[in-house]
Amino acid sequence: MLHVDRRRLLLGAAALGTTALAGRILPARAAGPFQIGFLYVGPVGDFGWSYQHDKGRKAVEAKFGDQVKTSFVESVAEGPDSERVIRQLASGGSQLIFSTSFGFMNSALKVAKQFPAVKFEQATGYKTAPNVAEYNGRFYEGRAVCGAIAGHVSKSGVIGYVGSFPIPEVVMGINAFTLAARKINPAIKVKVIWVNSWFDPGKEADAAKSLIDQGADIICTHTDSSAIVQTAEARGVHAFGQDSDMKQFGPNAHLTAIVNHWDDYYIARTKAAMDGSWKEQSVWEGLKDGIVEMAPYGPGVTDAARAAAEATRTGIIAGTLHPFTGPVKDNKGTVRIAAGATPGDADLFKQDWYVEGVQA
Amino acid sequence: MSAEMLVSLLLTTMTAATPLLLAALGELVVERAGVLNLGVEGMMLTGAVSGFAIMSLTGNPALAILTAVAAGALLAAIFGFLVLSLMSNQVATGLALTIFGTGLSALIGTGFTGRPVPGLAKLPVPVLSAIPLVGRLFDQDALVYLAIVAVAAIAWFLKSTRGGLVLRAVGEADLSAHSIGYPVLRIRFLAILFGGAMAGLGGAYLSLAYTPMWVENMTAGRGWIALAIVVFAAWRPWRAAGGAYLFGGITVLQLYLQGSGLLPIPPQLLSMLPYLGTILVLTLISSGPFRARFSPPACLGKPFRPPT
Repeated sequence: MLHVDRRRLLLGAAALGTTALAGRILPARAAGPFQIGFLYVGPVGDFGWSYQHDKGRKAVEAKFGDQVKTSFVESVAEGPDSERVIRQLASGGSQLIFSTSFGFMNSALKVAKQFPAVKFEQATGYKTAPNVAEYNGRFYEGRAVCGAIAGHVSKSGVIGYVGSFPIPEVVMGINAFTLAARKINPAIKVKVIWVNSWFDPGKEADAAKSLIDQGADIICTHTDSSAIVQTAEARGVHAFGQDSDMKQFGPNAHLTAIVNHWDDYYIARTKAAMDGSWKEQSVWEGLKDGIVEMAPYGPGVTDAARAAAEATRTGIIAGTLHPFTGPVKDNKGTVRIAAGATPGDADLFKQDWYVEGVQA
Repeated sequence: MSAEMLVSLLLTTMTAATPLLLAALGELVVERAGVLNLGVEGMMLTGAVSGFAIMSLTGNPALAILTAVAAGALLAAIFGFLVLSLMSNQVATGLALTIFGTGLSALIGTGFTGRPVPGLAKLPVPVLSAIPLVGRLFDQDALVYLAIVAVAAIAWFLKSTRGGLVLRAVGEADLSAHSIGYPVLRIRFLAILFGGAMAGLGGAYLSLAYTPMWVENMTAGRGWIALAIVVFAAWRPWRAAGGAYLFGGITVLQLYLQGSGLLPIPPQLLSMLPYLGTILVLTLISSGPFRARFSPPACLGKPFRPPT
């Protein structure tokens, strides 16, 4: 493993300037191991989003051994700076590049044009190109499983939800969670607090505390730190982990977590890129394909909750259950999804309303 | 909002304000001595990770806190050497210290991410903590009390002691202080060390009590808020306490209001208020009748070269 940090990249930038030009003309194929570059938006030690992507990188290394050489750049700012880092990875000989944040998409597409022989994999995006594939997880499926548990476990009927930013990805999760919880207990109310940050452990903990003070006995989170699970443990309530299994932060509080599991996808795509079968594609997969996984259920999950969670999980995998099957009303009383209908992916990505029972 | 909820709100405000207050008090003393150290964030992070590492290895909270204090002071010593001995630019050096501290803390913390530690023990104040309802406010960990004691101690030191007077003289008129025989650079260095120690303590509060864990960059900008508080407080310790409780309190209040569904304005607007307040204070102290009363230390940010 070669760990390149941004500063070293910066130092190498001048030296690479000429190589970059050569890279345009010659395919960036070098003898020796197949080189793969990874780009992370946060530190690999965030125990969340970037941490899980790095686990995928390690899985690729473990699988292919000496046949591959991986490198990663962590804490890359979204936007223009990422373009420079991607270009340097490409001109440095990477033949496959995983750019793992939404804000890297345009940079990846731009660099991809200049390096047609290099394959790009963009996590969470919506544009592809002949050498750029896009992949994402249907995390809302995991939210529905959490909701089924919460419907059974919550005694107060109030569930706290700490949100990062009110973007469709997060709104979709809140809605899927609430729908599943209210299917079990129609009296459930979900209180949402936005902290307007992906990562601020102190503020996340404060938000959790204020929700607990207002009667919530389960805390759900769509932010990136483990502070919520820890706060729930300290206050004797339950919580769901996010991105990775967070049970060590609250052995009693932790009900389950939505785990982003990229390992198999990364291994499959690396294999495809190595044997030449790699193709442009757009992947949005969930529980069925294993990109979204549920962490082992904690001690707070009752038998009834476990049965409901498993029914939801297996139903989604079998395709017999869609978390958004109508009728779905929003929290102002308008019918948004007709009885029996299921929204398409494009509709999900446009969700800017809350279902009945959400207070945001 | 019920009385119980109000107490909960105050309780959360106290914990949210403590790290801000500790770091702000340290920086206040540094600035009163005429030095601007923008490296608070870096020193807080280094304190946070060092304290956490020792706590995780030994399980001794006192040792962990002392290590955090020492780590903050050590980083401050580097800053002191650069700006006092080598007379480097204080703004640039402070910014570099933040970047350095962020990187250093990440490096030290690699092996400690994701390890939970027990939080600091609560120390109930006798009698007071037994009062129904508000008693909960007097059942906090040692650092919360320490922060409040530190406000009184620093206010007293600056106002009523010879040492405090000398420190202020150094910050207001370094040349005069020098000419009557005070070691300006040594006093400034001690002030910088104190500032670092307090920032380290504030960081330790985050990683040992507030959210007992270590994750990279966990201060999430609190060092910068501490700097804003010093300006907001017009360099007065008691006002800094008010500022820290206001900054912490508004953040917590907007979270509570969001949860209660009673917030009539966007929460972002409320979060913005303390910063608007800081800008307002800056505007007021730059001109008008407030200028004389609330002006910053006259030598703030200026390097001192002893005349030969």
